[in-house]
Amino acid sequence: MSRSRVRPDVDVEPWHGGYSPYDILKEGAIALLVVAVLTVLLAIVFGSPDVPSITIKSWSNAAPLDFTQDAFSQLNQTSETATYGAPYNHASVGQELGPLSLAKWVGVKIPINTVKAYVVDPLRSLPPQPGLTAALHAWSSASSSGRSAWLKHYGAANARLHVVDGTIEPVVTSAGPVPVMMQSLLSMARSGALDEALGNENGFYDTDYTLPLLFLEDGNYLDAQAVRQHLDGDQWGMMNETGNYPGQAWLWLYTFWYQVSPFNSSGNGDVLVWALMMLLSLLLLLVPFIPGLRSIPRLSRVYRLIWREHYRGVERP
Amino acid sequence: MSYVDIERQWTTRLRQRLVRLLPPDRLLPDTQPTYVSSWIYVFGVTTVAALMVVIATGCVLAIRGPQWWHGSSVGLFVNSLHLWSVEIFFFSMVVHLWGKFFMAAWRGGRALTWMTGVVTFLTSIAAAFTGYLCQSNFDSQWISTQAKDGINATGAGAYWNVLNMGQMLMWHIVLLPIAAVALTALHVLLVRVKGVVPPFAETTEMRS
Repeated sequence: MSRSRVRPDVDVEPWHGGYSPYDILKEGAIALLVVAVLTVLLAIVFGSPDVPSITIKSWSNAAPLDFTQDAFSQLNQTSETATYGAPYNHASVGQELGPLSLAKWVGVKIPINTVKAYVVDPLRSLPPQPGLTAALHAWSSASSSGRSAWLKHYGAANARLHVVDGTIEPVVTSAGPVPVMMQSLLSMARSGALDEALGNENGFYDTDYTLPLLFLEDGNYLDAQAVRQHLDGDQWGMMNETGNYPGQAWLWLYTFWYQVSPFNSSGNGDVLVWALMMLLSLLLLLVPFIPGLRSIPRLSRVYRLIWREHYRGVERP
Repeated sequence: MSYVDIERQWTTRLRQRLVRLLPPDRLLPDTQPTYVSSWIYVFGVTTVAALMVVIATGCVLAIRGPQWWHGSSVGLFVNSLHLWSVEIFFFSMVVHLWGKFFMAAWRGGRALTWMTGVVTFLTSIAAAFTGYLCQSNFDSQWISTQAKDGINATGAGAYWNVLNMGQMLMWHIVLLPIAAVALTALHVLLVRVKGVVPPFAETTEMRS
């Protein structure tokens, strides 16, 4: 390319036209006033949503069977968290981007043993109770095959379980200490003590809610509440918020990919969407340097609308 | 100390360089080219204005702490101001961005101005997102548990844990606002240094 060749999508000619008065501070002050007034009006008319959080206490009282089944899936390590892989455990490879196992390569940085974190440790934090103490002792002193047999028996009866007045029925007598552990954990949850146990993992002061949030997510109750609030994944949930509010409308493209194939059906959907969005963001960032892409404004001629007064003056000198 | 010694001072050299780069009449201009006459230009300044309201309302929320707005009607109103200023901020920013795209505003050595604008947009998305994560209500619970899978899948979740409200709160009220404000300031300064991009010079060659 010769140096003298015109590059209309890269270069500009120096402006030799006229200038008009411009008070930048006045313009800024007026804009601030208008935005502030508009903000106040919108806040007065529409307010903002604040749906209270779900606690493990409220969940286990509203849907005790769902809680119990979630707790059992933590104990027999079939829950989503128990089988997640990095960063929580080594249970699976996790999502892959072609040959790239990004999460696995970074490793397990937030280790979670669901048996210990969600069942055994919380139960051990309770005041001594003869039945529970014996059950925990039986669990901790049992062989791996013994625990597996108990879990298998309890799992086989899982579909028949129901909760009446906070009591799990029927009692699966062939499952060793598991029924006592599950019943104690349900009672603990319904009293609010499990919220305390999971929320104070790091001591008196704790702002990390990883454990209770994962536990809550593994059940069906949270998802059911989200569907009622039009927040599920296939309801464009990532960009919505509770109530009829705009939410994060700027995430529309990110959310869009979750509605279409192959992203909505692939086991690697999340990493595929992220990779695509990173690529699109990079293209947006580098538009000035990408031939073809940087010509779109000139070829679309939308600029004629933006600068219509200017071109009107040029064409009618 | 001699004149030469003063001229060699870091402070003197920096001041001279800054004045050359951005003389006062370009930093605070009182005239502008006549082609700067479209409603689309309004959205740049309203973005900055909305950012100021976002920061101000966020500061008011910070005074009483993250739980205040759940139990106070005044707190809820301030939260509403914060929410709607964010919505105006993004609306203005997106219109501004697409306006600048269709002006091909990177022309004439303005690529860095465009790029700082895009990075500011992406940083603002992260800032708003962390705001939803640290609301400590149902929205936070749902959005964080859904978002974790995407971030974990990239490997970033090992260090940037969206379920850790304390970490997200710090990012929302310290790190990301600092980044957004600094990037906005840099973007505006670059606009002042390079000026507003002129219209396409329509020639026969361009139309072909």
